[in-house]
Amino acid sequence: MATTHSIKRGVSLYSFQEEYFLHKMTLEDIIATCAKLDIPGIEIIGDQMIPEYPNISDAFVKQWHGWMDKYGRTPVCLDMFLDWNKYKGRVMTDDERIESVKKDIENAHKLGCTVIRVIHDVEPDILERLAPTAEKHNVKLALEIHAPSYFDSPLEQRLVEMFRRVQSPSLCFTLDMGVFTKIQPRVASDRLLREGLKPEIVSYLIDAYNTGTLPSTHELGRRNDALPAKILEMGGREQDIFWAMMATHGVYSDPKLLREYVPFVKHIHGKFYEMLPEGREYSIPYDDIIPILIEGGYDGYIDSEYEGNRWIQDAFVVDSPAQVKQHQAMLKRLLGEA
Amino acid sequence: MYDKYLIVTEAFKNIEQDGEVTGYQLGLRLPYYRGVVLSLVGATELTVDGERVPTEAMTVTLRGRTFPFMSFEDEPVAKWEFGDIGIVTVAKPGGLMPGEHNIEVRQHMKISYVPGGFWGGDTKALTVAG
Repeated sequence: MATTHSIKRGVSLYSFQEEYFLHKMTLEDIIATCAKLDIPGIEIIGDQMIPEYPNISDAFVKQWHGWMDKYGRTPVCLDMFLDWNKYKGRVMTDDERIESVKKDIENAHKLGCTVIRVIHDVEPDILERLAPTAEKHNVKLALEIHAPSYFDSPLEQRLVEMFRRVQSPSLCFTLDMGVFTKIQPRVASDRLLREGLKPEIVSYLIDAYNTGTLPSTHELGRRNDALPAKILEMGGREQDIFWAMMATHGVYSDPKLLREYVPFVKHIHGKFYEMLPEGREYSIPYDDIIPILIEGGYDGYIDSEYEGNRWIQDAFVVDSPAQVKQHQAMLKRLLGEA
Repeated sequence: MYDKYLIVTEAFKNIEQDGEVTGYQLGLRLPYYRGVVLSLVGATELTVDGERVPTEAMTVTLRGRTFPFMSFEDEPVAKWEFGDIGIVTVAKPGGLMPGEHNIEVRQHMKISYVPGGFWGGDTKALTVAG
């Protein structure tokens, strides 16, 4: 394993959403927690924790930088959405989409973020048109590769072709580590049992996911009809279909493809569902993936992104800081900081 | 997600105007991980004791501003912030009888990257003080 690298650690504040939602922690409390947990980089979802986003007040911008100074953290990434269906009875025009993302670029610049996590429904030609604005503000537009997509999916291939043609330093990918979900998260299968799915259906889903034999039509934006049929055939209820789809939304993609595509990756979401006491993630083999990122010369941030909260919140008190702390300890170990 | 938190127990009560009970209120959160403009908040199906509440009778108050549920489609700027408890007011002369009521909410979210959007839901038994 190569030992020298310039990969940096960060956290998406998405990880602390449960505490924020329930008003147990304010944004400042969360940033203070990041300092306490020794996490240098900060990623924020505008719509989640910035009031009236995308219309950020000057007072917020001042406060944000004040917190970054006070707690010694570095702003890294702003996560955007393109709500192209928000106008009554029509979808946004291309020009409106451009204006919407331009505002995100300006907002990222104001917040000191150098990366924008771009949602996958921003079309490649829109991204291409935005490259000059992004370059001007020194912001990278990093479209997120998220399960069930991967580098070899149709949209991602169109983007790779465009990145190669345009050669803009601002056009790139965010990679969500959920694409390496090797086995079904245990927090998901446990939840299915609590939702009343028959144990034999839950066992089937675990086994079929882990062996890559799910009847699936994984295609972005298209409904998977094969799995619902199977659930009903096994005596499942209509509502079980939703849970079965949710629990099997991950994918395990071939890490070897990273060798070719790492140069296009400028940001990483360190997705995780459940940290185990021995310092690994239950379903995502970080020990296998991080060395490939190091060898490939990845030099951006890996931001912890805790998503176990939604699976356990029905029955347990979520402790996001504890989970993030363990995920960061794992990153430190794998990055040679421990 | 967040389903069990949608109906907020503490905010449930009858409301009066000029000495008359004109309806009732309950607190409501959205089943989503970010704040959205109101035009992306889909149908709010509120059922009380098995009876569906007409949407025309419902308003929500968010950070001091009140919006009829019927006008959400016309609000592409005003936001329902993440974790905010909207105070839903239902116009119903006489309000609800003192005692326990079964409250059910099904909430649709029109999120563009999820084909067809998605639903959240919550059911709680709440009590109107006598």
